[in-house]
Amino acid sequence: MTATLAKPPVDVTADPEQPPRKRDIGGFLNWVATHAIGLALGLMFATPVVFVFLTAVMSDDQAFTADLWPREWHWENFVEVFDKAPLFQYLINSLTYSLLATAGMLISSIPAAYALAKLQWRGRNLAFLLVIGAMMLPPQVVAVPLYDTWSSLGLTGTLWPLIVPYFLFDAFSIFLLRQFMLTIPQSYVDAARVDGCSEFQALVRIIVPMAKPGIAATALFCFLFTWNDYFGPLLYTGEVKDQWTLSLALATFKGMHIVQWNSSMAVTFLTMIPAVVLFVFAQKSFVKGITFTGVKG
Amino acid sequence: MTATLGARPAPGRGRARARHRLTVLGFMAPAIIGFVLFFGYPLIATVVFSFTKYDLINAPEFNGLDNYTYMFKDPLLIKAITNTLWFVVVLTIARTVFALGVASVIARLKSGVGLIRTLCYLPSLAPPVAATLVFFMVLRPNGGPVDNLLGVFGIDSPLWFSDPAWAKPGITAIMLWISGDLMIIILAAILDVPQEQYEAAELDGAGPIRRWWHVTLPTISPVLLFGIVNSVILALQLFTQAVVAGSAGSGAADATGSTKYLGFPDNSTLTFPVYLYTQGFRYFDMGYAAAMATVLFIISFAVTIVLVQRMRKNSTAEEGGPGA
Repeated sequence: MTATLAKPPVDVTADPEQPPRKRDIGGFLNWVATHAIGLALGLMFATPVVFVFLTAVMSDDQAFTADLWPREWHWENFVEVFDKAPLFQYLINSLTYSLLATAGMLISSIPAAYALAKLQWRGRNLAFLLVIGAMMLPPQVVAVPLYDTWSSLGLTGTLWPLIVPYFLFDAFSIFLLRQFMLTIPQSYVDAARVDGCSEFQALVRIIVPMAKPGIAATALFCFLFTWNDYFGPLLYTGEVKDQWTLSLALATFKGMHIVQWNSSMAVTFLTMIPAVVLFVFAQKSFVKGITFTGVKG
Repeated sequence: MTATLGARPAPGRGRARARHRLTVLGFMAPAIIGFVLFFGYPLIATVVFSFTKYDLINAPEFNGLDNYTYMFKDPLLIKAITNTLWFVVVLTIARTVFALGVASVIARLKSGVGLIRTLCYLPSLAPPVAATLVFFMVLRPNGGPVDNLLGVFGIDSPLWFSDPAWAKPGITAIMLWISGDLMIIILAAILDVPQEQYEAAELDGAGPIRRWWHVTLPTISPVLLFGIVNSVILALQLFTQAVVAGSAGSGAADATGSTKYLGFPDNSTLTFPVYLYTQGFRYFDMGYAAAMATVLFIISFAVTIVLVQRMRKNSTAEEGGPGA
């Protein structure tokens, strides 16, 4: 759609000899139709969460019924779920996993991404292909030997098998950071070198400050990926309840711990909050990061 | 990628070159160690384990091709492959078409773009476990919101996660709800289409639909290919939604000892990775699981090659540009 249809009611630049009335009405209807569909789509995506929220604040009895709107608002449901399951423990486990993994990722991935984006060396293209290969590999493919190794180290039943790899290698983060660093003009790096900076100084003083939005986006994705992870915690901590993360524990809430819809929906709602909060604070980084994974390939 | 700006090693200076190599090595060292430990070694070990009988306690015992020949006789594995193929076909088509459709609508909006884009994108950030439970609640046949809505039209709600015929469509619905990342990628590509191309098409008398078909679609086709490959990978590794939908549907949600409920109802949600997990980590038949992992590796490797080829083509097309 071209910009000429942008302002529906009056076309100021219109030639008076060719009255654009008809086209304007068509354009206006088009505008209404497009926006109606857009609004419907937005609502379609939002309503499931609205229903989750409305169910979460219902009374125990009402949550079993077909009612959509709560008769009374039981805000205390969000507090009481903490008594029904050790949510605090799960929350601490989740935070441990996500925060340590993100910190480790930043330490290991920023230098690697810099070497892949801004340094010339033989084998660089091959290394980048290996990063992509690792990124696309389903985690189940390498699960058997890894579990075997961690088990012989006596570390299954803890979150360490999930955290430690981030301190060395995280394919997606290296990939994303490299894509961001490629957009920083090489001349900045060259100028730093001329000024006598070592590569390490060029990275710390020039690239890192300039790549801040990219680093923020990568850290956000890493945090959310680990927060949302289900397969990893299930594989290593499935048998050890006090090591469960929120995501893993949530999977058991419909049925085992909690029968009521309101409680399970309250927990479901609570686990979704970090994503929303992070998104609200860093919307631009998110959108930019997600665009980078696809368009720039 | 091919740009040779800032070529560090000055020609003929052996010591500088050695130092440069050391710098690169220093930057890459953690990644190299990590790759070898968490991808290189386990990939080889998976293939080795796949020729053995191994239960994690006793030492692996070589048994030749037994694990592979057993695959052809295992009805559950055939069921799992069928389920995963269903997702590869249906989910890939549905997800790509849906994301393209939503992105095309958002691209035409003149106001409220930010809000609607946010609403469409946010669900993709939710934990997959939570997203599955959201749909489990919304789709519940006994008085859930969708049941209410269908009731208005006098339609009986399907039993969704309790009906073998509807469990996979239910999971597909979840996957569409959380496809916002692909939408954003396609939206960015649509907005990147040069305006002149539309103006030229308009001068030729092309209406909005023909402009979309003849200008938008061909221009963003590389991104659509990315969407297809990405969706195939997603379908191949579908695990969380299948496990959670199955265990919630069976009414015995338990992260641990409920092997018999994986795949509920009637093994309709038993995907290939779920079956691999069951064999390896519930029955501790590590050799058989490793054989399945080897098969999964070969298939996803082939799919990855398609993606890499596409990227190669792109990077030669825009040579010298900042993007690779």
